[in-house]
Amino acid sequence: MREDRKSGRWLTAALLAPTSLWFLVMLIFPLIVILVFSFGERAAVGGYAGGFTLEQYANLPSRLKAFQNTLVIAPAGTLLSLLVAYPLAYFLALRVGRQYKLILLVLVIVPFWTSLLVRTYAWIFILGGRGIPALLEFIGIEGVRLINTPGAVLIGIVYGYLPLMVFPIFVSLEKLDKTLLEASSDLGGSPFKTFIQVTLPLSMPGIATGCMLVFILLMGEFLIPAFLGGGKVFFIGNALVDLFLQSRNWPFGAAVSVTLVVIMLITVSLYMRMTLRSKTGRDESLM
Amino acid sequence: MSKSNDNRPITAKRFMKELRRYEKGSVSRRHFLGVTGLGTAMAVMGAAMPSLWPGKAQAGDLGDRLIFSTWPNYHDQANLDEFTAKTGVNIQVNAFGSNEEMLAKLQAGGTGWDVFVPTNYTISNYVALDLIQELDLSRIPYYDAAANNPKFAGPATVNGKVYCVPKNWGTTGFVLNSKEIMSSPKSWKDFFDVTMGAGSGHTIVHDYQLTTIGAALCALGYSFNSIDPKELAEAEALLIKSKPHLFAITSDYQPGMRSGDGWMSICWNGDATQLHNDLPEMEYVIAADGGEIWTDFYAVPKDAPHLDAAYAFINFMQDPKVQAREAAVHGYAPTDSRAIALQPPSLASDPILHPAENLMNGLEFGAAQTLTDPVRAEVMARFKSA
Repeated sequence: MREDRKSGRWLTAALLAPTSLWFLVMLIFPLIVILVFSFGERAAVGGYAGGFTLEQYANLPSRLKAFQNTLVIAPAGTLLSLLVAYPLAYFLALRVGRQYKLILLVLVIVPFWTSLLVRTYAWIFILGGRGIPALLEFIGIEGVRLINTPGAVLIGIVYGYLPLMVFPIFVSLEKLDKTLLEASSDLGGSPFKTFIQVTLPLSMPGIATGCMLVFILLMGEFLIPAFLGGGKVFFIGNALVDLFLQSRNWPFGAAVSVTLVVIMLITVSLYMRMTLRSKTGRDESLM
Repeated sequence: MSKSNDNRPITAKRFMKELRRYEKGSVSRRHFLGVTGLGTAMAVMGAAMPSLWPGKAQAGDLGDRLIFSTWPNYHDQANLDEFTAKTGVNIQVNAFGSNEEMLAKLQAGGTGWDVFVPTNYTISNYVALDLIQELDLSRIPYYDAAANNPKFAGPATVNGKVYCVPKNWGTTGFVLNSKEIMSSPKSWKDFFDVTMGAGSGHTIVHDYQLTTIGAALCALGYSFNSIDPKELAEAEALLIKSKPHLFAITSDYQPGMRSGDGWMSICWNGDATQLHNDLPEMEYVIAADGGEIWTDFYAVPKDAPHLDAAYAFINFMQDPKVQAREAAVHGYAPTDSRAIALQPPSLASDPILHPAENLMNGLEFGAAQTLTDPVRAEVMARFKSA
């Protein structure tokens, strides 16, 4: 018996070793490096020079606008993705016949076969002056500017992140016990009431997972604002790219990164507590 | 296998039968591959594959690839393809928006680049940082130092050693859509006035500290190259004041100008030629209050992995005929008099490629210290995140 437990422990350790090593080398060490860098100084020609100063953190207010943009547009983009994805997931899970379901699901994934970079570049032309605004002008609505506005960035976000929201919601709706819906209507619940009191609460795990996936990725997003915001809708991700790849101020970039990580940890843990509390015993979230 | 159908292709029915047998384990994999002809097919395919991956056979010792970092809209794809056809070397092109971005990548190390295109003011920095290698000019026979105007080729030589060969020279001014902007701005001061006035919402500035901060400095009456913190603070204030009126901050401004959203943009003269050729209302202006004159070069990073291919490529691009063909597409003037002589008269006398000397009196070559100056870097970064 004791032998068994011992070898079991060894097996667990052996199985966990690759993952632990990976996290150690790819996550923990780099984070420590970033933390150390954030207290350093910019070298004369750019890059990092050793030292201990809080100067970088004192300079954070100069990137206030980028933090604000991210903290407003990332949640807004998450909410918008949810509003667009939910009906689609609902339709796929509950309304579509078995024979079409697979095809439609594959169609949701198909865009992933092309790089997001290329697809986002295409939106530059769709939203640009010769694209949708020209169409609107044709029907008499003039002077519409889409490209390089927060609206364009939101469109890009919903477009790019939709599948990440659709799938978790689809999975939780798919697993939903259909007899509960019948029970609800038998007991006199209107379709609307059934949706609000049965379907929606039961799909909460999917909603929670989808929102988390999209929100976390959006907080670090830089490609969509860079392309569809034209440098005018600036995320913290763009500020980071700038600091590391243009102005080569690694210590300040590191300080901004550390701040972003801290903000993320706080928002995500608040969010987890909120969703865990509201989840009434059912623990189906992918997290 | 020794039946009558030895040399005939297998029938569909027999194939399915053999497949079932193989699935059930009644026959070996070897038997299955042999009897169906799949084994032969695989062997033939395998032998044919190398020729699908272009090069190997003909490439000799140049290898099969070259990683090349350059600027947007700066080459004729036909010429790059011709190099690949001649040598078997495939070119992977990276386009950059600023010299600072190139420097950042090189400083971080491990770029894998073989050839890149730095601008005059960066070269002494790259040499000081030990990031580029001295060139062996005997391996670039097409390069003729005597044919290159020293005014443009000069920065290639640092401490008596040649580190690069010139590509093109040009000016940085601005382009405007004369259908939309009637007031014919002549200076950077006018440029910012129009931006914050009649042209509000339609101006593009580069995502590039040298030209964007330089333009603001000129508008204020200072040197394009200033690193004086007080002057830079004023330039930053002007840029931030104009930001709500900008259409975009990007070095890839042709799409914006072509779509009609952009009416005016800081512009390299070759982009102006390309835009003007397609849309005659696009006009190029060399600002009366200053701006940049520059030369771009071909350089080789210290750790270039495909050095032989790099030399072959630079030599190919130095061929006066290739230079002339390139210029006909990208619209930048060659520095090489042999290539200029090959240009059609329409290009050789084109005012955007070859402006009158007196128009260029106020222009400055970028200064080396602007590349690494921390204040300029931070001013640009703050302007973008403002």
